[in-house]
Amino acid sequence: MSDLRPSLDTPEVTAAEEVVATETDTAVRSRRRSPLGMAVRRFRRNKIAVAGGVFLLLILLLAVFAPVIAQQSPTAVDLGAIRRAPSGEHWLGTDASGRDVFARLVYAARVSLLVGVFAALLAVLLGTIVGAVSGLFGGWVDTVLMRTADMMLSFPSIVIIIVLAGILGPSIPILVVSIAITTWPTTARLVRGVTLAVREREYLHAARVAGASRGWMLRKHIVPAAMGQIVVVGTISVAAAILAEAVLSFLGLGVQPPQASWGNMLNDAQSLTVIQSMPWLWLPPGLAIAATVLAVNFVGDGLRDAVDPRQSGRS
Amino acid sequence: MVNETEPLLVVDDLAVEFRTDEGVVKAVDGAAFTVDRGEIVGVVGESGSGKSVTAMSILGLVKSGRRVRGAIRFRGRDLGTLPAKELRAIRGAEIAMIFQDPMTALNPVVSIGRQIVEALRLHDRKLSKAAARDRAIELLALVGMPDAAARFKQYPHEFSGGMRQRAMIAMAIANGPSLLIADEPTTALDVTIQAQVLDLLRIAQQETQAATLLITHDLGVVAELADRVVVMYAGRVVEQGDVTTVFTAPRHPYTVGLLESLPRLDRDVDELHPIPGSPPSLLTPPPGCPFHPRCPLARDRCRTERPELRVVGNGTTVHRTACHFAEELAALPTEVTR
Ligand SMILES: Nc1ncnc2c1ncn2[C@@H]1O[C@H](COP(=O)(O)OP(=O)(O)O)[C@@H](O)[C@H]1O
Ligand code: SF4
Ligand SMILES: [Mg+2]
Repeated sequence: MSDLRPSLDTPEVTAAEEVVATETDTAVRSRRRSPLGMAVRRFRRNKIAVAGGVFLLLILLLAVFAPVIAQQSPTAVDLGAIRRAPSGEHWLGTDASGRDVFARLVYAARVSLLVGVFAALLAVLLGTIVGAVSGLFGGWVDTVLMRTADMMLSFPSIVIIIVLAGILGPSIPILVVSIAITTWPTTARLVRGVTLAVREREYLHAARVAGASRGWMLRKHIVPAAMGQIVVVGTISVAAAILAEAVLSFLGLGVQPPQASWGNMLNDAQSLTVIQSMPWLWLPPGLAIAATVLAVNFVGDGLRDAVDPRQSGRS
Repeated sequence: MVNETEPLLVVDDLAVEFRTDEGVVKAVDGAAFTVDRGEIVGVVGESGSGKSVTAMSILGLVKSGRRVRGAIRFRGRDLGTLPAKELRAIRGAEIAMIFQDPMTALNPVVSIGRQIVEALRLHDRKLSKAAARDRAIELLALVGMPDAAARFKQYPHEFSGGMRQRAMIAMAIANGPSLLIADEPTTALDVTIQAQVLDLLRIAQQETQAATLLITHDLGVVAELADRVVVMYAGRVVEQGDVTTVFTAPRHPYTVGLLESLPRLDRDVDELHPIPGSPPSLLTPPPGCPFHPRCPLARDRCRTERPELRVVGNGTTVHRTACHFAEELAALPTEVTR
């Protein structure tokens, strides 16, 4: 693939040459030179990011096929077999209520991914709208929205989430909303920046001259221009949201037992005896959180490089 | 009210101002001209004479400027009083613009075909994707794009400059406009490309039967393409009439100056006479005739009384000028006026 690098990384240079070719050749070139196609290629050259992606795919499969993979129920209490060490029957042992740790770990992946993805989606959606409106309308609208974003960014987000979860009560929807409320400003700032840049571009002026409304310009020019970076920020938000879920559930403000989440599994392992002598209770959820967050961040970094090669030292 | 007996476009005593830190810039100060259906009208004048501001006023898109006087009527409708939504429906559909630099006027990350499809669907939401696609390919073929179907999928950077020009013109005529505005379409292009662009404009005009407002400071372009010419100076129209009349028998000293500053095959370079002096400040325009500081015919009356646009000559077409002493030009020896 390395032979493609010069032409991919410097489209301006090759652009100068007139493309005259047969139809099939033309089609091939188009696919290769579409911005999306080029980003995909750059992403696939990044081994760590690809590995992160594969790992996430495995976690996703685990979550989706949890009932098939886990032979035991994640909530079945067996008071006759509490805190048992791993065995053939319980691969990762049992917890304080005699529930199968492996089953809980696998089912918890569902909750963590769900919360992570939905919180990030909500944050990105909110941030995109706020950022685009801010950039497009300017004036006092921009001032009010951006000061609000600044305020959100200057508070320690976990404190806000704790307060919100405390006031509204712990539940998965509340968890998703409170994580989203604290993370949208990052996307908003980004999209506002892109909007301001695109606003000055001649093609946006051309669109206005062609009769486009603000909404049209937003949908057809601004959001697509920001999409690459939105995806990157969104991905990194997923990691942040998974961590936030873990912290909140660990503190008892997130996912409520008996439903399992990686965070509340750690909550069960707070005593020194457990930490010292029963690693099967905290090591699996701890590793799951760390590995998943790391993998998401690897993918996010890979996407960042793929979307904008100029900002990375590598390409 | 649609009035089909009126010219397609009427610019009536248009005045546009910009408030700047240095003061109020009177960018356009009483411009008046008309464009009939299907005709090509050239607008000429030195840089800064208000041509672009006039064009953007027609589209209702003067950024930060204020229309302080006058009206713009398009097909009998006063564009200044239309709600924003109706103005948007006119822009791009009935009045389309051809830009100087297609590289920047096209979105670099959207394929050419998609951009034409979007231009079509912007004004016809009911148009299906497939129909829009067929129409876009048809349009590309119409402007002379070889292998249009394959080109449809390509991005602007994969096109040569000439091909981009074609794509942009295909986009401009996509919705069958009745007025095309081309602002300096050939400026900064080399001569061969210039000729290609003029050919394209001709094709676009023939295909759509659209009237064309051709803004340029190149009199040669006007001579080649336009039916009528409007000469602007310091935000005003100083002369207008059909191209042959104005170019062979100009009735305004500024037009005479412009024509004399043209390099011509039948003249040596040392016979070129650029107009002495420079355009007046639009912050504090001179009283009376704005051209008087540079005019060889200027006298006291010119410094106090503003000349209005009036009909001169007795030709078959209407020839107007804004000069108190236009008749004296008619008497000048032919070397000067020719
Ligand atoms: N946004 C603006 N703010 C202030 N002055 C402007 C603005 N746009 C145009 N002008 C002024 O209006 C005058 C006419 O400009 P323009 O119509 O662009 O001239 P032309 O197209 O004939 O070269 C110029 O003096 C220019 O400096
Ligand atoms: S009105 Fe006077 S200053 Fe103005 S162009 Fe005519 S002669 Fe010259
Ligand atoms: Mg201009």
